[in-house]
Amino acid sequence: MHELPATKGMLDAALEAAQAAGATRVTAIDVVIGDLSSIVGDSVQFYFDLLSRDTAASGAQLRVRRVAARAECAACGGDYAVTLPLDPACNRCGAVAVTVTGGREFYVDSIEVDE
Amino acid sequence: MKVPVVTQILKANDQVALEVRARLDEHAITAFNIMASPGAGKTSVILRTVEALPGGMVPAVIEGDIASSIDADTIAARGVDVVQVNTGGNCHLDAPMVRTALEHLDLGRADVLFIENVGNLICPANYRLGADRGVVVASVPEGHDKPYKYPGIFAGADVVVLNKCDLIDVLDFDVAAFERGVRMVNPGVPIVHLSCRTGDGVPEWMTWLLEQMPARV
Repeated sequence: MHELPATKGMLDAALEAAQAAGATRVTAIDVVIGDLSSIVGDSVQFYFDLLSRDTAASGAQLRVRRVAARAECAACGGDYAVTLPLDPACNRCGAVAVTVTGGREFYVDSIEVDE
Repeated sequence: MKVPVVTQILKANDQVALEVRARLDEHAITAFNIMASPGAGKTSVILRTVEALPGGMVPAVIEGDIASSIDADTIAARGVDVVQVNTGGNCHLDAPMVRTALEHLDLGRADVLFIENVGNLICPANYRLGADRGVVVASVPEGHDKPYKYPGIFAGADVVVLNKCDLIDVLDFDVAAFERGVRMVNPGVPIVHLSCRTGDGVPEWMTWLLEQMPARV
């Protein structure tokens, strides 16, 4: 459900950037989504197809780059990508001394436009 | 041709959140965004807090709900200035809804604003509302694994309230596991143990709350 307003925000950001660049047509949108941001890529694609109709981004390719959250272990210095549900123990040394950072990204990185 | 953009997708919401914040600042109001799953006790925490506020400190409440005004009615019955926002099925409050709600409150009178978000551990984490502090209420019956499954909401919290602590023993709730999960994603965050039913923890909770508005105390 919350992908609808999120996708609208993404489309608006892409269209604004295209207009600022003097382009008339957006051919691709590169979007970055963190694994902990609770945004589902397939759902974004679904809403994008609907919302982009009759806009300069109609038919644009949506390229989603997922970014994993990372765990850092204070005991062994381990640094690795994590998935949900989080595991409190380090997957290298087993110490319960892990801090999780990142994974909440949600932004339009770049767009491709017709010259 | 490739055009770099790097625009946060929820920018439009964040801009309205700044507007809300400026409006609250104008009236010297400290605002708390209360987030939790349904049934964790958001309304009960607000009611307990309102009762325990120092004399002369005036609260106001924005009640976010998918539908109904059950919670708003409960709060209004205590004589508190409250406005109900029905999101019409939307799973979170956003900044434009809060901006509209502010029009219905007596901002000249209020000192502190509690914004009760829609019961949900997912979407509210992503939407800034212009509040000064984010409060996440977890409750013992939900189980101690919630920070591991919904880290996003705990990562952004300024304080985590563990409510219904009178049930810890009954439900074999593992407090250490819960706190470890919270601190994994938010190392320094205060965790306050509370029971709205018995009143245990209310003084500790109020201490944290009042520390957030030093000019008022």
